[in-house]
Amino acid sequence: MTPTPRILYCHCAYAQIVPKEVKEAVLKKLCESNAAFDAVADLCEMSARRDPALKRLAEGGAVKIAACYPRAVKWLFHAAHADLAAEATEVLNMRVQSAAEVSAALFHPDLKPNLPAGKTAPPPASESPENEAREEMTNA
Amino acid sequence: MSLKDQTTLRIVLYEGSGAQPLSTGDRFTAVSTLLEKGFALTCVGGAGRVAGADGTSLLVLGRFDGGRTPQVEDANGAVPIRFQDIDGIDTHGVMDLVESVRAEAKAAKHGEWKPWFPVIDYDRCTNCMQCLSFCLFGVYGVDEQQHIQVQNNDNCKTNCPACSRVCPEAAIMFPKYKAGPINGDAVSDADLQREKMKVDISALLGGDIYSLLRERSEKAKSRFSKERDSSKALQERQKCLTKLAQAGDIPPEVLMSLPSPEEIVRRAEEAKAKAQAALLAANRTS
Repeated sequence: MTPTPRILYCHCAYAQIVPKEVKEAVLKKLCESNAAFDAVADLCEMSARRDPALKRLAEGGAVKIAACYPRAVKWLFHAAHADLAAEATEVLNMRVQSAAEVSAALFHPDLKPNLPAGKTAPPPASESPENEAREEMTNA
Repeated sequence: MSLKDQTTLRIVLYEGSGAQPLSTGDRFTAVSTLLEKGFALTCVGGAGRVAGADGTSLLVLGRFDGGRTPQVEDANGAVPIRFQDIDGIDTHGVMDLVESVRAEAKAAKHGEWKPWFPVIDYDRCTNCMQCLSFCLFGVYGVDEQQHIQVQNNDNCKTNCPACSRVCPEAAIMFPKYKAGPINGDAVSDADLQREKMKVDISALLGGDIYSLLRERSEKAKSRFSKERDSSKALQERQKCLTKLAQAGDIPPEVLMSLPSPEEIVRRAEEAKAKAQAALLAANRTS
């Protein structure tokens, strides 16, 4: 039996681009549902910091993510060395979908993968010492 | 300190065996307040799976039976875990507790920087180095394979999407931007046509922007030597910058904070050289 997809909710806390009423309604539904879920303040901030937590959130099988555009979510995770599995990720877009649509999709047992398909990507910023040193020099 | 060098704290709101559930209202208030303060959290208690543990410090909050917090530790000693009974503590009290644990763990304080930085869509990127050549703030660089990458995202100027406008493939996103395709919305054929005709900032200013700035700088030098009128110079600069602001949706404060024309020219030449070197190296390896 296929396990129920995990749920990840992004609060997009540092910008007013996701309608407040949508993100609040989705979060309320999650809190009422008694479902286990992960929630983050802002995926952009985590990606910028290359937060290792993104790796943890990307791994572990099927996941439904309530956030923004699938293309943005795909490459935000990639930038943090935490590629999402295309066949196991469904992104619900709180910028354009209604709270009812997002909530219904989150609690639906089926997963509808919708990350943009594309060519194999090159690795992002290498974590090699040489590269880190180069970054430090650039910052200096 | 670079943002990526900081550690974080993961909050777990535990309502499983050995703990009492929160009311729906209390759960929502606690979760939304923690998220507003920038914390990542996991709600456990109901059905379903959540992300596994990594090396991040854990703070487990719950209304534990009899106020007794579990005595649990990571067998490998890799994950610092702390339990906190929150029965009878209001949201403000919980936030104070969480904040003190965050400070103790030396975890990142959130919300001090608006996460504004370019995100590259490598499905679209052709590694043309236009962005590297354009950016004056050293945001871009290349990896060992000479692939373009975002290296110094905290150097990026908040609300400035200018580099995405010089990308011929619409491959640069700013997820917090207001409109598509820069915000991550799918790139349509119409977008691509628009991208082709779009603002070529330099064309709008009648040629290469850096040549123009160099020219202006020369003119300004000669004029200043005669007039020494700094307010006129400022007016001139503002006029030029207004055009740029309109062309690229660049916030005026970003343009006004640009360095002197001489410094812009120096940085632009440096960026161009970096891009050319990367392209040459990429051609050699391909």
